[in-house]
Amino acid sequence: MITVVQPTGDALGASNRVRNVVPGALAACRALLVRDFLLAWRRRGELFLPLLYAVIVTALFPFALGPDPQLLRRIAGGVLLVIVVLAMLPALESMFRSDLEDGTLEQWLLAPQPLALLVLTRVIAHWLTTVLPLLIVMPLLGALLDLSADVLPVLMLALLLATPLLALLGAVLSALAAGARGSGILLALMLLPLAVPVVIFAAGAIAAAQSGIPYMAPLSWLGAALVLAVVLAPLAGAAALRIAVEA
Amino acid sequence: MHRLGSPPTFYRFAGALRPWLMLVALAAAVVGLYGGLVLAPPDYQQGDAYRIMFIHVPSAWMSLFVYAFMAVAGLVALVWRVKLAEVIAMECAPAGAAFTLITLATGSLWGKPMWGTWWTWDARLTSELVLFFLYLGVIGLYHAFEDRRRGARAASLLALVGIVNLPIVHYSVQWWNTLHQGSTVDWLNLGRSSIAPSMLWPLLVMALATHLYFFASILGRSRIGLLSLESGKQWVRQRVGGQPAQPTGART
Repeated sequence: MITVVQPTGDALGASNRVRNVVPGALAACRALLVRDFLLAWRRRGELFLPLLYAVIVTALFPFALGPDPQLLRRIAGGVLLVIVVLAMLPALESMFRSDLEDGTLEQWLLAPQPLALLVLTRVIAHWLTTVLPLLIVMPLLGALLDLSADVLPVLMLALLLATPLLALLGAVLSALAAGARGSGILLALMLLPLAVPVVIFAAGAIAAAQSGIPYMAPLSWLGAALVLAVVLAPLAGAAALRIAVEA
Repeated sequence: MHRLGSPPTFYRFAGALRPWLMLVALAAAVVGLYGGLVLAPPDYQQGDAYRIMFIHVPSAWMSLFVYAFMAVAGLVALVWRVKLAEVIAMECAPAGAAFTLITLATGSLWGKPMWGTWWTWDARLTSELVLFFLYLGVIGLYHAFEDRRRGARAASLLALVGIVNLPIVHYSVQWWNTLHQGSTVDWLNLGRSSIAPSMLWPLLVMALATHLYFFASILGRSRIGLLSLESGKQWVRQRVGGQPAQPTGART
């Protein structure tokens, strides 16, 4: 009788211990967020590179097109949108690369937490560290191009919806390209078809605001696409990471 | 069906089927082109310039059909890990890109006299261009991998992402800008199409020709793809009548 009871007690204890050791999905996400923020903070000089890029390109436009304020005001919204998309590209490429090289991704695959959730967390951390600073300087860049004050909120709203969407799409492509020989042009080539609808709707909202007509419809489309991408992109990204990691 | 999935069986089967498909495709192309370029009357508005449609429209149909075919093959490759499906999906991409390029080139040749411009950012032209970039992305991603099977799976996943994206692109650019004429072929009721029957039948024959040509070309390309992927395997060595294994020389 004792010989029967003893192992069950042990097994129960062991399973309890395992349950205590394995953190829940949310705890894992929090740990990943903290780690990504810490890594970004340790290399905080790199955080300014996209900002610098955006400022330089914005400053070049008046030199190329002439300082006519009316022309600059007309093109400001679209130009800033394209600059944000381009400034996002270099960071997107390295979203998973260092984790693939040092073996972190293999741990992600082995982890009991769903891989898609980890991908979504990584996208959130990526957006907060590399894209949010860009959005913060947008009013300044808008001022450089003489963007009118009533278009600026619409531009910000459009970017707030468009950039997470682009980051989610970019995460899928970055995961796909992670196992390949590195090339930034490849990522740009793959992102272009996916970015077309995003740019069209964001620019549509900005253009509507500039000519004083209702701009909510394109913004709603962006929001709908963002909801769809939040659900689908992490799953596709997880599938892509599995291809990238397994030999 | 299961046995057809094995590379040696497929290799033999494709080798036997390919010449016949190619022959029928060529015959259909000759008949279709004769019907389109000689028999069909000139258009009352566009004169003879509309005749480029007998190349343009079947190519445009093919550019979409090949993409769908590639995505289905890619899905099979991802879900069941069929080596043959990987090869077929990856051989579809250059063929589809070629059809898309032909569509863009012939459209632009027709656009110059008709619309007065080589290119315009019209909805259909733009979505065709986006489709071309999707094909280039698939080809580029496939070739960026050292391991070809891994590259094929990654590119297949990209093709599947693209097929979700294509309708979104289509409707978004339509909302954005439209100039291209609507479709003149009503698929549910061919008799009610707004195209004259004397112009419709060469068009359909050309569509048949391009489909058959595509399948013949895919069979041929997949045979070569399989040979180079399976180089070193027993059946390939027997097939090429080669010497015993030479790892470096075996790659074609």
